[in-house]
Amino acid sequence: MAKMIINVEVNGERQELLTEPHRTLLDLLRDNLSLTGTKEGCGTGDCGACTVLIDGRPVNSCLVLAPEAEGRRVTTVEGLAEDNKLHPVQTAFIEEGGLQCGICTPGMLISAVALLRSNTEPSEQSIRYAISGNLCRCTGYDKIVRAIEVASKRMKANAAIASH
Amino acid sequence: MRAFAYHAPASLAEAVAILRREGPGGRVLAGGTDLLVQMKERGTVPRYVVSLRAVADLSHVTFQTGRGLVIGSRASLTDVITNRVVRERYPIIVESAGLVGSHQIQNLGTVGGNICNASPSADTAPPLIALSAILRLHSNQGPRELPIAEFFIGPGRTALEEGELLAEIIVPDPQPHSGGSYERYTPRQEMDIAVASAASFVILAPDGTVSHAKIILGAVGPTPLHARTAEAILIGKIPSGDLIEAAASAAVSDARPISDQRGSESYRRHLINVLTRRTLNRAIESARG
Repeated sequence: MAKMIINVEVNGERQELLTEPHRTLLDLLRDNLSLTGTKEGCGTGDCGACTVLIDGRPVNSCLVLAPEAEGRRVTTVEGLAEDNKLHPVQTAFIEEGGLQCGICTPGMLISAVALLRSNTEPSEQSIRYAISGNLCRCTGYDKIVRAIEVASKRMKANAAIASH
Repeated sequence: MRAFAYHAPASLAEAVAILRREGPGGRVLAGGTDLLVQMKERGTVPRYVVSLRAVADLSHVTFQTGRGLVIGSRASLTDVITNRVVRERYPIIVESAGLVGSHQIQNLGTVGGNICNASPSADTAPPLIALSAILRLHSNQGPRELPIAEFFIGPGRTALEEGELLAEIIVPDPQPHSGGSYERYTPRQEMDIAVASAASFVILAPDGTVSHAKIILGAVGPTPLHARTAEAILIGKIPSGDLIEAAASAAVSDARPISDQRGSESYRRHLINVLTRRTLNRAIESARG
């Protein structure tokens, strides 16, 4: 089948990528760009390991055909840190032990970051709801939820300091 | 996934021209959350795919008094759920769309796709049938309108003809003294498929009697089902606990459930009784305002 060129912005950089229509956005990220932080779990949109942001909204990259990403803005786990400094959600996951094997972690981080952008003070229930599309088979979720709570408090405190 | 030809037309006219030219074996792609799973796991091998992503004016969610709510077939579930007018005037649509998949799925998937996939358990179908929504379908022959109740033919089968696609879902203006409610039963709170579901929509006359009632049952038949005997019991009566009980019992006999891994026939009948009673109670309460 004919190859095609896809123009897409990934983690702030414009990319021109050669692919085929039956490849997915997940394939583009992992195979064309070697951004292997994003994982393939089930490949059918159930587990959330492949979660990335498209134009700021979390989606399953395994269910997006590569050409559907044309002209969109994609953020992967590799794009969360700024100036070599981890995102507060990443730091909180490390400190609170919000991971074990790590396969679900990139998708979990992306969903957590998306939640905290729209809700700076999420309740435990809204955190659990926000990550309901991200399956974790190791942690039992409690430490992940705690890490997101810690991150939200710290981000709010930082924002308060910054505004003074 | 197997290879296929990919088209991303910029207009509806171009999209239906491609369907006409390429003929059978094509699939229309909106959000892709059902289609890609079918292509990866269920042996669906389209010869070509027509993506709606570049088609202008299919992602809108608009409301105009007299014209009702118009949902473009490319509008995501999230676009519908977060729309202020839908939240205020059509809460039953928000309730049901919010139950489909995860946030990730809602950001990709569409109400249009949920309808066209025609799963008997599709959450957005019973409320849209209860609200008497109209589907605007397009083909090379031009547009036609079809009541959504006539759209579902069987599991995965719809009234869409070869070369035809869904362009818009139109929901009539909200009626005064009306109320609707949708509820499904799943063993888990999130990320599950309905074992059974019910949507109820009623309009009350000034004297407090029921002037219009729609009760639509999901996942208890090959398509969403009209609980006609249950509806008939309500018409012209003042709602009471006994009347609602009678309607809920009638809905059980209107259902045609099967036994499968999600639930037995008798369990589904029990659920229909409970879900019909609950949704009717809430619909009537909100109609009374």
